[in-house]
Amino acid sequence: MFTSIIGVLYDGFAYGMLLFVLSVGLSVTLGMMNFVNLAHCAFAMLGGYVTVSLINLAGWPFLATLPLAFLAAAAASVVLERALYRNLYGKSDLDQCLLTIGIVFVAVAGAAYIFGTLQQPIKVPEWLRGTWVVGNFTFGVYRAFLIVTGLVLAAVLILMLEYTRFGATVRAAVDNQRMARGLGVDVDRVFMLTFALGSGLAGLGGALAIEIVGLDHNFALTYLIYVLIVVSVGGMGSIWGSFAAATVLGISDMAGKYWVPQIGSFLIYLVMVGILMWRPLGLFGKR
Amino acid sequence: MNASALPGPATNLQTWIAARAKWHPAEIVFWLGCLLPLLPASLLPGFLQKYWIFDSYLQLLSQIAITALFAISLDLILGYAGVVSLGHAAFFGLGAYAAGLIAKFWFTDPLLGLACAALLSGAIGFLASFVVLRFHGLALIMITLGLGQLLAEGANSATWLTGGADGLQGIRAGKIFGTVEFDIFGQTAYIYALMVAFLLFLLSRRITNSPFGLSLQGIRDNSRRMLAIGAPNQWHLRKVFTISAAMAGIAGALLTQTTQTCSLETLTFQRSADVLVILILGGVGRLYGAIAGTIIYMIARDFFSDVNPQFWYFWIGLLLIGVVSYMPNGLLGGLNWLLLKWRRA
Repeated sequence: MFTSIIGVLYDGFAYGMLLFVLSVGLSVTLGMMNFVNLAHCAFAMLGGYVTVSLINLAGWPFLATLPLAFLAAAAASVVLERALYRNLYGKSDLDQCLLTIGIVFVAVAGAAYIFGTLQQPIKVPEWLRGTWVVGNFTFGVYRAFLIVTGLVLAAVLILMLEYTRFGATVRAAVDNQRMARGLGVDVDRVFMLTFALGSGLAGLGGALAIEIVGLDHNFALTYLIYVLIVVSVGGMGSIWGSFAAATVLGISDMAGKYWVPQIGSFLIYLVMVGILMWRPLGLFGKR
Repeated sequence: MNASALPGPATNLQTWIAARAKWHPAEIVFWLGCLLPLLPASLLPGFLQKYWIFDSYLQLLSQIAITALFAISLDLILGYAGVVSLGHAAFFGLGAYAAGLIAKFWFTDPLLGLACAALLSGAIGFLASFVVLRFHGLALIMITLGLGQLLAEGANSATWLTGGADGLQGIRAGKIFGTVEFDIFGQTAYIYALMVAFLLFLLSRRITNSPFGLSLQGIRDNSRRMLAIGAPNQWHLRKVFTISAAMAGIAGALLTQTTQTCSLETLTFQRSADVLVILILGGVGRLYGAIAGTIIYMIARDFFSDVNPQFWYFWIGLLLIGVVSYMPNGLLGGLNWLLLKWRRA
């Protein structure tokens, strides 16, 4: 029992870090612009396919593809933001949901057209595969890599938000957009940069996720629900919130799949509904 | 919706509502047109007979009537009261399973079955409204999605009751009024689904044109102001949520009764999302928007999924992007706008 608890905690935490990287961008942009971007996971999927293509077609090493996954997703997000999203700022949540879910549908069908409907195989380098055995416990190396990446990213994001000038303008825009505008902050530009950064992180998350959860054309829809759960449970616009929520959900999902597999994803929805009943704005949400 | 149609200070409220609720000739033509597919081809002049394809599409037409009813039920809460739900399939599925279980274990009378399904999903809807209506914005979307998924996962694991992934087996078909049987061509099924949908459409039309319906629209547009003039907002919303849940349950029960099958598919997120897309395509906050959206969506899906089901969603996605970006009131709203423009020119 004790061994399995440690195992579930370890795997769940690694999974939580993956969810954190996937969802933190959406949380910050939602908090800032109140823009419900359901296409967030489409950017993640793009990152995943960039990595897969570079490894399998061009023979790049896994780590070298990660920055490109980030850049591709960030670039695509800026194009879409300029072309489509811009018209819908200040419109109702529902309109934004529908526009972005339309983008998801197009992305899913497009991915199926280009890459087919099979799971995409990738090869991570030798040193990331395998497990460490410590006494009775086994720890996957790749999961340790995920945990380190997630923690480093969280630290960098929090430091950037707290101690840089850009971070200060982001916080100002999240807390009170009108006031920030009044003080001469170019909120649209800050938003575009944050949006690109957040989508880029999603792309990175998509690339990192392949080894754990696989990648197929439905990724943009399947993980959308997980990401939305993280954002609504953590509270919009809060990095700490996303971190805490991603950890809680990652661990409870792992625990559910490990101990009570017959109820499927029941547990993760139960956790979400429970937390939202207790705090409708999420764990760390202010508005 | 129609800012130009607001009553002036001198108008009597009763006459204004009566004028609003007046039947447009086009509406009557539309509903009479729904009966056309029932004409036997032999009544037509010879050269038209081979183009008369409706009788081979009766099953699709019943599906359209049922989905339109489901879309109308969502329109009541979303379009008129402004409550977004991504879990409306929960009530559809509740009704579907209620009707199926009743027909399997208890009695087979379809109308009584419908009534029971409506009561059950209405009662659950009433209870759910106490939870759901506390939320707004993203949290509302997520809580409805979460509750819907909980029910779907629950039905999936309760194999002893629902049959799990295999669907509910052994649903017996009853006779309507004890006399009319469901035939294999789906003629009875179509008439039955159409009649129920039409009656509930009449009810919805009455509701949306009543003072109650107007206060719902008031809550949607400015809930604080409605509170300030003394409207019991929460109770209004609970009432309409309950009605909407009961109607969705009836739609689900109709599906079970006309197809004699009932599967987990009735509860899926996909169904909730589809009906939302239908409503947006047609135009929210207008009952005919729900109907037009359903007709377009279902026929297009039937047509495209023959070609390639994979890419059907590509076109739906493009259509959604287009409608949201350029036609904020849906296809019917867009048509209306064109019509107004054409009249003025």
